[in-house]
Amino acid sequence: MSRSISPVIPGFGLTLGYTLVYLSLLVLIPLGAMFVHAAQLSWAEFWSIVSAPRVQAALKLSFATAFAAAAINGIIGTLLAWALVRYTFPGRKVIEAMIDLPFALPTAVAGIALTALYAPSGMLGQLAASWGVKIAYTPIGITLALTFVTLPFVVRTLQPVLADIPREVEEAAACLGAKPLQVFRHVLLPAMLPAWLTGFSLAFARGVGEYGSVIFIAGNMPMKTEILPLLIMVKLDQYDYHGATAIGVLMLLVSFILLLLINLLQRQIAKS
Amino acid sequence: MSSITLAAGAASNAKRRGNAIGRRVLIVSAWLVFALFLLLPLLIVVSEALKHGIGTFLASVFEADAVAALQLTLLAVGISVPLNLIFGVAAAWCVSKYSFRGKSILVTLIDLPFSVSPVIAGLIYVLLFGAQGFIGPWLRAHDIQIIFALPGIVLATVFVTVPFVARELIPLMQGQGTQEEEAARLLGANGWQMFWHVTLPNIKWGLIYGVVLCTARAMGEFGAVSVVSGHIRGYTNTLPLHVEILYNEYNHVAAFSVASLLLLLALVILLVKQWSESRLK
Repeated sequence: MSRSISPVIPGFGLTLGYTLVYLSLLVLIPLGAMFVHAAQLSWAEFWSIVSAPRVQAALKLSFATAFAAAAINGIIGTLLAWALVRYTFPGRKVIEAMIDLPFALPTAVAGIALTALYAPSGMLGQLAASWGVKIAYTPIGITLALTFVTLPFVVRTLQPVLADIPREVEEAAACLGAKPLQVFRHVLLPAMLPAWLTGFSLAFARGVGEYGSVIFIAGNMPMKTEILPLLIMVKLDQYDYHGATAIGVLMLLVSFILLLLINLLQRQIAKS
Repeated sequence: MSSITLAAGAASNAKRRGNAIGRRVLIVSAWLVFALFLLLPLLIVVSEALKHGIGTFLASVFEADAVAALQLTLLAVGISVPLNLIFGVAAAWCVSKYSFRGKSILVTLIDLPFSVSPVIAGLIYVLLFGAQGFIGPWLRAHDIQIIFALPGIVLATVFVTVPFVARELIPLMQGQGTQEEEAARLLGANGWQMFWHVTLPNIKWGLIYGVVLCTARAMGEFGAVSVVSGHIRGYTNTLPLHVEILYNEYNHVAAFSVASLLLLLALVILLVKQWSESRLK
């Protein structure tokens, strides 16, 4: 046991024990129970549930919209973080404080507010309709809601990193003849990328599981605008616990595999 | 010679001009995102709530079911936030003050609820405590109700907010190290004295920050609570669920009135967060 307990600071056993018991009772055992429940299904049963067209459609929709929202935030979030860290301008403090609004605002409130704005009768929905674009009750609306809910992740992970890059490094590169694009590619990008990926994966994970903000704007049409968490809800309402569990397990597995891949990519970047 | 300096000067002027344009574009786009994406939804909530005047707004907010929902939300927050506060301090303590094998696994497990969908968070408790669940029959035999009652709502809320306090405290306490605590011990303080007089003042603002984020999420949690609540009006309906019910009944003014109450709470949370953050720095 390579445990080195600080000899004078007490509480190791107490705090570690409490942490483990608390986590086990509230998180690990209940999550494990879901896997035990799923294990009661045979492979054929599990497969027939998760390969149903309606589940497959929801699976694709959930992961595609969450990915799109995380990618959009990757761009908007970088712009916002850059503007907030590098420039002082009127209103900067207000924007800085309000960036976290999507975390503070209950998702149901965000959901009905966005629906009121982007529904065909809403202020921005009318505008979009005049261009022939339908936002609410389509995958675009779902992506929009997810982009709103996960907006702070990329901004908040990039800000400290951007603040830590000394301006001198960029200036030195520029003095040595690097063009702005070269400075970005060789100086800024390598420093920003790990944090950017962290923000991206946090936004993605949250987006895949998000429920409250999406269900109002999605329209929830089976096969078209029905997200995976909603499908779990539908199965539960029908007392189809096997179905709900199988979809839950599928969702967790796919999420973990994707997050693991992002994590590996991050390590690869950190090494090079 | 002078022509070279001139050329270099012109080039750097051009670059500066380029930077100034980039700067302007970035600031304008920051403003646009803010106005379109953050401000407009707020305004629409308030304007929809006040569509039929302040009287209808007040009537919707003070309606009996809305008040019951507010009380339930505050009760659930009041139980689950302190639980996660104590857990967060304990977890951050053992992670930051000692080194032991498996620490990185423990940190990953603490963060786990962030990558689990809230709907799944609700589902797992239904599978455990529901009528068909693993210990459902036993609970029913002893007349204990967890699902479709307050305990289930609290459990689901606790699950989704487990990491908030710990996540804020771990990097903060790791940065502070153990020297001050060691000094306190060597000067004769016992464990609790050391915690109350040395550690707690050091982590105070980070702690408040974590609690604020935890409160915000606990107050607004929708998916997880929706699965375990059963939506019984006046009994197991939290404020966000009440918004959904009103909205689905096409009672939009009432839905937005209750929503603006939640919006107000969210803005208070943002203010407290801003204040604790500035103290943290």
